[in-house]
Amino acid sequence: MLRLPRDLHLQMVAHCISGLPDEACGLLAGDASGGTVARLYPTRNAAASARVYSVDSRDLLHADRDAERNNAQLIGVFHSHTHTDAYPSPTDVEQAPDPDWHYVVVSLRDTHPVVRSYRIAGGRIEEESLVVLGQPARADVAVTV
Amino acid sequence: MAVAVDVRLPTVLRPEAGGQSTVTVKGSTIGDVLRELVSEFPGMSGQLLNEDGSLHRFVNVYVNDDDVRYLESLDTPVKEGDEVSLLPAVAGG
Repeated sequence: MLRLPRDLHLQMVAHCISGLPDEACGLLAGDASGGTVARLYPTRNAAASARVYSVDSRDLLHADRDAERNNAQLIGVFHSHTHTDAYPSPTDVEQAPDPDWHYVVVSLRDTHPVVRSYRIAGGRIEEESLVVLGQPARADVAVTV
Repeated sequence: MAVAVDVRLPTVLRPEAGGQSTVTVKGSTIGDVLRELVSEFPGMSGQLLNEDGSLHRFVNVYVNDDDVRYLESLDTPVKEGDEVSLLPAVAGG
């Protein structure tokens, strides 16, 4: 399960929308065992593409160091799909760097962004619950799987 | 001249180094440092360098704040006091 505070959830979706027409990406940091996101790092997409993303290498280093300074560590990555479902692509699976990470996909294909979270290990994709902390209790805005 | 530099390891590589987050190895270039790492911790071999000795595309290597791909790649020199960081490249589609 991945827990994401509401303000970070909004920041993540806003970063994805502002990246259009390209895919946008960013990193998630927190306590590895708890699965709760404490810090979110919007990053540049070095690929500058609507089909693929590559987290800018210097943004990655800075996020890693900032997380460590704040007694956290990188626990996942988010990126947008501009024209497809919120489901990891074969490229996402092939390049997934860490089996312990959370892989969040934000689909901007439809009018409303669709956000889902996955674990990817050994080429296998498993969806996990994504809980937005502090989300108003309305059925039409719930994103929990 | 070979100098000793600290190399910060990402969490995915730490098990290969007995859980250490930073290791010290000797070298005069990034290529030396990575080859020395692989020789000391053979479990890292396929994750840092390709069979032909080139830098694996899924790893980012930094000298202090700079990605070596924007410097001289494996020929990038290291000097006393430099900090080398390794991080898995984060990319997808």
